Amino acid sequence: MATASTPIDGATPGAHALGVAPRRLGEKAIKLVLLAAALVSVLTTTGIVLSLASETISFFGEVPIGEFYGGTDFSPLFADPSFGVLPLVTGTLLITAIGLVVAIPLGLGAAVYLSEYASPRVRKTFKAILELLAGVPTIVFGYFALTWFTPVVLNDLLGMNVPVFNALSAGIILGFMVVPTIASISEDAMSAVPTSLREAAYGIGANKLQVSTRVVFPAALSGIVAAIVLGISRAIGETMIVLIAAGQVPNLTADPRESVETMTTFIAASAKGDLPTGSIGYQTIFAVGMTLFVLTLIMNMISIRFVRRYRQVYE
Amino acid sequence: MTAKRDTRGLIFKAILMSCLGISVLLLFVLVIDTATDGAGALSLDFLTNPPSRLADRAGIGPALAGTLWLMVVCAIFIVPVGVASAIYLEEYADRTKWWNRMIEVNIQNLAAVPSIVYGILGLAFIVRGPLDLGRVVLAGALTLGLLVLPVVIIASREAIRAVPPSIREGSLALGATQWQTIWRQVLPSSVPGIATGVILALSRAIGETAPLIVIGAATYIAFNPTGLDSAFTAMPIQIFNWISQPQDDFKLKAAAGILVLLGVLMLMNSIAIYLRNRYEKKW
Repeated sequence: MATASTPIDGATPGAHALGVAPRRLGEKAIKLVLLAAALVSVLTTTGIVLSLASETISFFGEVPIGEFYGGTDFSPLFADPSFGVLPLVTGTLLITAIGLVVAIPLGLGAAVYLSEYASPRVRKTFKAILELLAGVPTIVFGYFALTWFTPVVLNDLLGMNVPVFNALSAGIILGFMVVPTIASISEDAMSAVPTSLREAAYGIGANKLQVSTRVVFPAALSGIVAAIVLGISRAIGETMIVLIAAGQVPNLTADPRESVETMTTFIAASAKGDLPTGSIGYQTIFAVGMTLFVLTLIMNMISIRFVRRYRQVYE
Repeated sequence: MTAKRDTRGLIFKAILMSCLGISVLLLFVLVIDTATDGAGALSLDFLTNPPSRLADRAGIGPALAGTLWLMVVCAIFIVPVGVASAIYLEEYADRTKWWNRMIEVNIQNLAAVPSIVYGILGLAFIVRGPLDLGRVVLAGALTLGLLVLPVVIIASREAIRAVPPSIREGSLALGATQWQTIWRQVLPSSVPGIATGVILALSRAIGETAPLIVIGAATYIAFNPTGLDSAFTAMPIQIFNWISQPQDDFKLKAAAGILVLLGVLMLMNSIAIYLRNRYEKKW
């Protein structure tokens, strides 16, 4: 039996071609280099978590967690500071809620139209336009909200008489920013619903409206949920529109006509103020950033899970 | 089919179309409004002049140069790292192994982390902390690079996956090693897809404002960057500074700056679309 195994070792002349290829160190080295590149993204996540966590821990050494998450007064950079993050959280929720009221119906309506009604050519054109909308830098939306939407639409057209900086304008324009995200992911999910389901429904006498709303929509529901959750995550994390158009006043309010500050805008507004490393103000940025990161991370994980579910069912 | 149902169907279709229509209309109004605001301030001087306290002399010169610097350095960073990650995940990674699945989920997650969080990472790790580079071109480019790396990886993976297995099998059967197959067969066929992804990633990077604000690029800079270790400003930062000024004249400058930014973005997107249509292979 020992002789039978020798060809595999490559000892017998002529057995080389069919045996195990000689070890190539170069090939191994290349694989390691490629793996190292892939690990850059893992290091990025580690870096984010480490930088947020270390400063956040020092922050909570000085400010009790209860005061941070329970307090209603936020003025960390004042001489007599208070660290209640609730006004930032409600500001974020208010802006996000306004944005979703705009983005969910528009995004889902557009998705149903593109997936079920539009001809291939129309679909291609409008998907390209939605991509353009998605590619507009958010600072441009911010400019638009401040200089056009608030004065022209809210004040002149609707006669609302809102101040220059308000949550409503920022939230609505933010909603338009989120439309392409919701439309494109839920359109993918609806297109992935097998044609046989539609044909079966038509076969028992359903019309297009019924097929769209009672067959395709429920069948694509997990993808649609994923799209909305990702939309929420984008809305929570958006900075520039809110920084420019909503003012920067920590404000515990549900009135969309007022000025608010969100978690992201606090970070942007105070980080540019040259806070020295290690100061309590600097650490507050990280504590707020950690809260924001954990919140969006949860949203993203939910979204990834739902996308995987519809892919497993239909693809 | 009854007439009543037909009407409902038509109304439904009209509602769906208006959902799409409103979004497209907003984009249209946005472009028109910005163009009417900013066209008057656009000139050759505006493209080259440094920012100024006087609105009629202020230009976007150093910011434009800064954005070009950021783009080039960012590309040098994200192309090799992004493509190498994509090759590893598509060609080498064994998906039954937990660490490979972890890398994948991690990249999906990173793609949705708010950009301002990358700013915090840049501030704590690159500008200060371990790397301690200061507020220089290299720090800005690395921060933006980490932000858009997932875009490059995801696009490159799709391009690599689109190359049919038969090409790889043919190459391997002729005696090429795995790396020779990737380098001479798979990569050349997927270059158009990868290039499109890189351009889209860069166009996302140059429009990002929030991370640059956080790492402290918002200071007043009146000169062009001269190297990797040079202080810099960038177009979105300059636009943001002008928007924050109370005078209306500066708002018009901001609109003109937005037009330049959108112009650069349109140019990049057209190149991406051209590459996609011209070189896309049908197998």
